[in-house]
Formats: sequence, structure tokens, C-alpha cells
Amino acid sequence: MTTLQTAFEKARADKRAALVGYLPAGFPTKDGAVAAATAMVEAGCDVIEIGLPYSDPLMDGPTIQDAVHRALSNGTRIADVMRTVEAVARSGAAVLVMTYWNPIDRYGAERFARDLANAGGRGTITPDLTPEEAGPWCELSAAANIDTVFLVAPSSPDERIQAVADCCTGFVYAASLMGVTGARASVGAAAEGLVARTRAHTGLPVCVGLGVGTGAQAAEVAGYADGVIVGSAFIRRLLDAPDEASGLKAVRELAAELAAGVRG
Amino acid sequence: MTIAEGTLITAAGLAGNGPAGDDPDARGRFGVFGGRFVPEALIPALDEVAKVYAEAKSDPAFLAEFDHLLRTYAGRPTTLTDVRRFSERAGGARVILKREDLTHTGAHKINNVLGQALLTKRLGKTRVIAETGAGQHGVATATACALLGLECVIYMGEVDCERQSLNVARMKLLGASVVPVGNGSRTLKDAINEAFRDWVTNVETTHYLFGTVAGPHPFPEIVRDFARIIGVEARRQMLELTGRLPDAVAAAVGGGSNAIGIFHAFLGDQDVALHGYEAAGHGVDSGEHALTLTEGSIGVLHGSRTYVLQDDEGQTIESHSISAGLDYPGVGPEHAWLKDTGRATYHGVTDDEAMEAFSLLARTEGIIPAIESAHALAGTLKLGRELGPEATILVNLSGRGDKDMGTAMKYFDL
Ligand SMILES: Cc1ncc(COP(=O)(O)O)c(C=O)c1O
Repeated sequence: MTTLQTAFEKARADKRAALVGYLPAGFPTKDGAVAAATAMVEAGCDVIEIGLPYSDPLMDGPTIQDAVHRALSNGTRIADVMRTVEAVARSGAAVLVMTYWNPIDRYGAERFARDLANAGGRGTITPDLTPEEAGPWCELSAAANIDTVFLVAPSSPDERIQAVADCCTGFVYAASLMGVTGARASVGAAAEGLVARTRAHTGLPVCVGLGVGTGAQAAEVAGYADGVIVGSAFIRRLLDAPDEASGLKAVRELAAELAAGVRG
Repeated sequence: MTIAEGTLITAAGLAGNGPAGDDPDARGRFGVFGGRFVPEALIPALDEVAKVYAEAKSDPAFLAEFDHLLRTYAGRPTTLTDVRRFSERAGGARVILKREDLTHTGAHKINNVLGQALLTKRLGKTRVIAETGAGQHGVATATACALLGLECVIYMGEVDCERQSLNVARMKLLGASVVPVGNGSRTLKDAINEAFRDWVTNVETTHYLFGTVAGPHPFPEIVRDFARIIGVEARRQMLELTGRLPDAVAAAVGGGSNAIGIFHAFLGDQDVALHGYEAAGHGVDSGEHALTLTEGSIGVLHGSRTYVLQDDEGQTIESHSISAGLDYPGVGPEHAWLKDTGRATYHGVTDDEAMEAFSLLARTEGIIPAIESAHALAGTLKLGRELGPEATILVNLSGRGDKDMGTAMKYFDL
């Protein structure tokens, strides 16, 4: 099965950036999320982040809030997240779970790491867990052989970047701008500089997320980062589609456009 | 530094002068509670607030300015009122109110707000955002921003905008923009989410003027320090009025700022019992309540490890209370710590019990309390009957009830 390491190695061998797609479990339905994420892989995503729907997504913009709200209304639970990971992992991508900290904390961190590994998940991205609080989670993840990805932001001074990078395995997530998730007209101007500053502190791949939604933006980011992360734009396609089949088609088209983008 | 005669705020009055260990550790922890669970993007801003606050609290010029505003603008010190007729219904125990309802803008929230508004200036920021439930924190924030010439944006759940519409109008009149929040439970918790989203986007120009002792470090410490004047004054006034300390101190607990504000100066007085009253809404068994400390479990909400109303997978359970200011599924981490150490005790008061106490205080004393404060009064009626006529109970009357007339008209069919 593909790991984060092999996914990035493959992209590097192809002389391109990796494409990372995000979708919450349970959106638009439990099965619909598996179908959409699988389509994203088939059309070119190397890595998939499965979002764990949470009631208080305070770093997400309206698009992801909307999707997560629907997923929770569908009765999506952590077992469904694990099932989604398992199904999507079969498609050949490296699959991560992106989640706020409280659901892991409540589920039991050790149990979560074990269940995720058993489902074929390769790691987690935890946007509200900072180095000061991350120690125990990093140890449990290492024991379960899953990666831990944390975020740096344009506001991060060098010593924070160092502290965050020291906790990361797999890759470092660079937030392109100060703000919440959501597609934007342009990628933050601070992103390139942040990637350069992050590289000074780590040999891990550095991926850029927040605000990326088009092939042209993916190409731009692929010019300086190891990976391009896209979430809200995929969700937008599904939200705007009149039915599931056209939603899947739109998601596939976007993934293909982005996959062409990361190839420059 | 010499303290001018009659000065309210001293350096010792801002920093905790209670027993050792009542300030959070370097990570912002009270025992296992507190800390910071926020996007990395906000960490530098929180560090900056903590650093600037640490300098400010030992800067005589800052303390003098805060003192001056509390005295000449907020109307401090607030008086104590011995409520003899109300006491008859509390088993004859002597009930004494600390009258935060008499402050400018009508609730204890003004104390924290003036402190943090001065801090905003010191941070060099020009824009202030805040969440509000009952609207009292929003009104206080809009007021301080008008006074100090700061731009002000208030996030408020749609449900709360409706039940506290008078306060929405007040904020607008004071020049603030009020943004109704229509997602989630459309109450305080969602207003906080939205304020955090604004903050992470606009942090360069903006201070998040957090309204209670919850949230990521250093907010629980800063808000407490600015609110603890309530207890510092009350402790001295109780000694003057009764010659001794009270047997118990009672306060309502939403996020916990008015309760910490009055408890904190008494933490070292082991003979003074501390009682916090949460909103039991329609009752514990109804599932419609805000009993975070008494029924919740330990988790992370809004950047802090504390007691939370949550399901078995960590999803926040929506709270319910007739009082917007107590309608919150989290609570400040210092209260979680005071509960676990046994220093304070927390109880529930239902909507009906609170409304009965609300009307009782109005009819026996001519004081219309905020419905939030009415929870502390209802708790005091029970506590007084337990403690008996020898006991003295100090109650934080955290606010006045003007804002609650719409709710009262509906509830009592007035
Ligand atoms: C008068 C009054 N009391 C109490 C509260 C509850 O907040 P806290 O628990 O932070 O004091 C509020 C909140 O709006 C309030 O307006």
C-alpha cells in the first residue's frame, strides 16, 4: 500500500508536485464520500485527507462548515470515518485523517491511532494541536506507525516553524494565508516565502493548502512546494451539482485539472 | 510604588495574590486544564497578548489608567446591599449582594472589557472583535471601543440576537457592527467560532476581546485578573459591614468570569465556601441544560481543556438555558480545576427556579436582576435553607435585568 513517503517519492520521480485532496467522511453521504474520494484518486490525487466531521470547526470557512454539517446530520461517526479511510486506501492513494483534536481525545488517542492504522490510514493532520500539546500524540502515532502532520502559518516565526517541523513526519502543512479554509481568487502571497522558511528547518516535503482551487493555482504552487492541497473546491463541486452522478463527474474533472496543474 | 489613597487597583490586585499555585503554569495550565488548542496561525498573537499583558500588569501607568476608568467611568467601587426581605425566603440566612448591576452598562463584564480595551491600545491594534451571548459583553465592548476610538465588530448567535434584541440595538447605537451568526446552535458557542475565524484572518490589526475566563491561554488568566476587583472589593466591604468574612460566596457560572471575579479573592480563605450555579435549563433529565461542570466530561472546546458537554465521540452537545449568558457548553479551565480540587462546588438551577428568584428579588427588594444572576439567587435560596439563619452569604449580582424584559414578559405573561 502507498505510504506518504512513497507517494512523495513517486511525485518527485515524475518531477512534479504531489496532489493532495480533502473531503469529509459522510459528505455528501457516507457512500458518496467514498465514491468521490475514489474518483479524486483515479483522476490524479496522490494523497487523500479524509475529514473527521466535528461540530465546532473553528478554522473552516463556510464551504467545509456546510459539508461537515451535512455529514453530521447524516449520522457520520468515527467508525464511518475509519470505513471511508479503508475503502479509499484500496484505491491506491495514501490516506490521512484530518481532524480537530477533541474527537481523538474523546475516542482515546491510543485507540484512535491503532484503529486508523488497522484501517490502512497513514497518519493524521491535526490543525489545532500545537507542539506544546502534541508530544503524547506523536509518541502514540509513532508506536502505531502512522505519520503526524502539523501546520505552519505565515505568522509563524522561525522558532515556531522549527518546533512544528520537529513534530511532523510525512510532510509539513504550510497554510498559504492567514485565514480559514476556502477557495480564493488568488493563493496567498506569503505562501512561497513560508515554504522557503520551512525548508530551512526540515528535509520533509512541504505542502501548501488554503485557498487553492484551480489548475492554474496548482501549477503556481507546484513551482515552489512539494505538494498542493485542495479541499473546498472539491466540496463546492459536490454542493453545486444537481445530482450525485454530475457531482462525481465534476469532482473527477477538477482532480484532472489540478493533476495537470501540478505537472506544470 | 506608592498607592494613592482610595486606589482600587494595585499590582497585587491584578496579579493573583491568593494561595500559591492559582496562576496557570507556563503552558497556561490550571492542573490538567487550560492550555492552547488553536491553529498555529494564532499562537504568535496569543504569545504577544501574554507578553504585553505581563508588562502591563506591572506598569504603574497602565494600572493607574485602569483604576481611573473603573472609578470614573464604570462607577466602582460597587456597593454591597443587605437584602433583608429576600433573606427571609433563604432560611433566614443573611444574604448580601455585590452590586455589579450598578456598573456602567449594567453587568460585571465592563471590568474585563476596560482592561482589555486598554491592552488593545498597548498592543497597537485598532480593531476589536468580540463574541456575546446575553449581549452584555458585546455592549460593554462596544462601549469601551466608543470611548477609546476603536473599531468594533460583535458576533452574536441569531437565537441570542432575538432574545436580547434590546442589547443588539444598544451595540448598534454605540457604533459597533453586530454580525448575527446563523450556523450550529446559533448561540454563544457559534459566535465564538465565528470570532475565532475573524481573528485568524485579521489578527494583524485586530484584538479578540474575549468575554469570559474560557478560551486559550492567556485569556482565562487575563479575564480573571481584570474581573477579580469584584472579590477584592467585596472581601474588604464584607469585613467593614459584618466584621467577618461570609460563610459562603455564590455566583452564576456561564463561562465563569463573574464567578471567578468574586471567588478569587476568597480562594485562600478556607472557611469561605464557594458555590457556582450553572443553568439546569429544563432539568438535568431533559437533556436540555448547560450543566457543563456538573454533567459534562473533560474535553477540548474553544482552545482550552476543560469540562464540556459532549457526546461519546467528542461532538459538542448544544446547551439550553433561558438565560443567553449561561447558554454555553463549555466553561473556564480554572473552574474545572476548582471543581476537581474541591475548592469550589457547582450546582444546577433550572429555568423555572431562576425565574422564581428573578421575580422574588424584584418584589422583595425592588431590584430586577439579570436572569444569569437570578441563577445565583435561586441557588442562594436553597443554600440559605441548608446553612440556616446564622450564616452569611455573599452573592454576585452580576448584572441588571433590563435586557431580559422581553423574556420576562413572555415567561410571566406580563
Ligand atoms: C449579567 C451576566 N451574568 C453572568 C453572565 C455569564 O458569564 P460569566 O459566567 O462569564 O460571568 C453573563 C454573560 O453574558 C451576564 O451578562
